[in-house]
Amino acid sequence: MSLDFFHLDDLYTEEEKLIRESVRDFVNNEILPIIESHYHAGTFPMDLVPKMAEMGLFGIKTSTEFGGSGANYTSYGLAMQELERGDSAVRSFASVQNSLVMFPIEAYASEEMKKKFLPKLADGTFIGCFGLTEPDFGSNPGGMITNAVKTDSGYLLNGAKMWITNGTLADVAVVWAKLDGKITGFLVEKGTKGFSAPEMKGKHSLRASVTSELIFEDCEIPEENRLNINGLKGPLSCLSQARFGIAYGALGAAMAVYDSSVDYSKSRIQFGKPIASFQLVQEKLVWMMSEISKGQLAAYHVGRLFENGKARPQHISFIKRNNVDIAIQSARLARDIHGANGILDEYPIMRHAANLESVRTYEGTHDIHTLILGEDITGIAAFS
Amino acid sequence: MNILVCISRVPDTASRIIVASGGKTIDNTGIKFVVNPYDEIAIEEGLRLREKNGGTVTCVVLGTEVSKDILRTALAMGVDKAVIIKTADDNYDSYFTAENLANYAKTLNPDIILLGKQSVDYDSLQMPSTLGELLNMPSVSVVTKLTIEGTNVTAEREVEGGKEVISSTLPCIISAQKGLNDPRYPKLPDIMKAKSKPIEEVAAIEVAARVEIVGLEMPSKKRIGKLVTDSEVDIAEIVKLLHEEAKVI
Ligand SMILES: Cc1cc2nc3c(=O)[nH]c(=O)nc-3n(C[C@H](O)[C@H](O)[C@H](O)COP(=O)(O)OP(=O)(O)OC[C@H]3O[C@@H](n4cnc5c(N)ncnc54)[C@H](O)[C@@H]3O)c2cc1C
Repeated sequence: MSLDFFHLDDLYTEEEKLIRESVRDFVNNEILPIIESHYHAGTFPMDLVPKMAEMGLFGIKTSTEFGGSGANYTSYGLAMQELERGDSAVRSFASVQNSLVMFPIEAYASEEMKKKFLPKLADGTFIGCFGLTEPDFGSNPGGMITNAVKTDSGYLLNGAKMWITNGTLADVAVVWAKLDGKITGFLVEKGTKGFSAPEMKGKHSLRASVTSELIFEDCEIPEENRLNINGLKGPLSCLSQARFGIAYGALGAAMAVYDSSVDYSKSRIQFGKPIASFQLVQEKLVWMMSEISKGQLAAYHVGRLFENGKARPQHISFIKRNNVDIAIQSARLARDIHGANGILDEYPIMRHAANLESVRTYEGTHDIHTLILGEDITGIAAFS
Repeated sequence: MNILVCISRVPDTASRIIVASGGKTIDNTGIKFVVNPYDEIAIEEGLRLREKNGGTVTCVVLGTEVSKDILRTALAMGVDKAVIIKTADDNYDSYFTAENLANYAKTLNPDIILLGKQSVDYDSLQMPSTLGELLNMPSVSVVTKLTIEGTNVTAEREVEGGKEVISSTLPCIISAQKGLNDPRYPKLPDIMKAKSKPIEEVAAIEVAARVEIVGLEMPSKKRIGKLVTDSEVDIAEIVKLLHEEAKVI
């Protein structure tokens, strides 16, 4: 049983709950037992890819015609929550595959490209990545340098991307580049001449995720691999999908550290009593419980807004910003409650705490989301 | 192969159980109900038998409308047909359940009936044997390994310090114990498909109750021990208590 202070379960449908429970069992049996060793080694558990595919974790919202499950936003969110209860790296893998690769292909690629890529991405024979960020353009992707030039048979792509999740593993990269000064998307296939994707090493966070550079040197991209979308709204529409999943995902990590804190505080005896009997410890547990419960309500509501076509990007900024923030703070409090044990890999605390630092930065930093909301309130953009 | 799996809906074992006012039922508020864990093993075994021998797996539950949720789980795991024997309320005993399941089984005429060795709510452990009696079928309980060749059935059970091998023939009843298999996770596409699959409803037949729940009580929280020190006064007190209360000296 997981934290459900407000009986939100009464609002979730039967299949939404079943998806959550099924993914939770999957995470308990397949991810938790192996994740610490991959975190230490700095490797992504590749064995999980076919298993996740079999579970239907790739293409959750993608239409069944292309091998997806055709589920709704809330189901997608709950699946991400359970994956991130396991580890943010595994959730990141699924976010990229679902929201940043399969979503734009289904939304913006030709019928032929959909048929070529979506079934393979759904069954895990293909891995995808999403290249937006560049060494010199992070929060300000509109300034990107990577560019494409029209040729007789297609396009010539040049430039570099950085911090790309799954880059080295990917069979297909959704790459955003400027064509005649306007941002557009391209599907770059593994093996394309001039395309390389070296892995970036030395991360102290999201260690079980592969992060890479993408380098394009005169890559010839066929005409049909271009996505039918222009402007920053192309990549931003993908990020909206992913950020929604991240808002649910952060709750998964927060619940993992909260559950561990409740158990630990009830069994750890100091001064002859469980530490749970001390007011300062109770206050920390109450803070976590309250913030997670508020985050759950907000995420639930935004899911329903999405499903009714009423979600605005600002709603998504709100839940991404809020839920990742309270998850990090929960991990911090959990660290205190666990005392010295809080730094050990026997407990999931430090791993989640460190992972969430990446989650706070990617998909729009905490501060950038603050400014998006600030602009929404005041009508004044503080970031441009 | 015509396979029938009987399942029940029980509170998740991690739920906090509270006795409802009236003192005869539990308070369902905030409790998560799931497929009885041993029944999940029975479903899995049914699916494996179908995968090997062909045929259909029918899953049946007895209960009120709310019990349909666990049939969705069974459909998502891959059973072909889901049936609810509908009761008006939750006030019935094991015999009522057994008579109703037997009544339904007669209409289906299955080659094998699978069910969990017990439901983890009331833990009565009656269904496999009572069904065997009512249907006049061999019933093997607490099975950890099942092999079926033609109509020959070999079932293994764990007994203290060893294992027991039982042979029987179809049609028969098998109740599942942990270790028989690892139940599969319902997959997302199958969960989505299960949503639109039909659930057949049959009305429960009336069976007079043989057992009545008189009352439910929470385990007592009273401290059993008494704290004493090694002072002269307390030592005298201990001697007195051992003599008068515990009556051991
Ligand atoms: C593990 C990991 C995986 C990632 N995966 C991907 C991926 O798959 N694909 C992809 O495209 N990208 C990915 N990223 C990149 C990520 O999206 C960027 O790191 C993020 O957008 C921030 O960019 P930056 O790191 O360049 O920081 P910067 O933009 O340089 O920001 C540095 C700091 O300045 C602040 N700042 C910037 N501009 C303003 C402003 N106008 N006003 C106030 N403060 C400001 C920021 O909030 C931040 O605190 C990943 C990053 C990480 C860490």
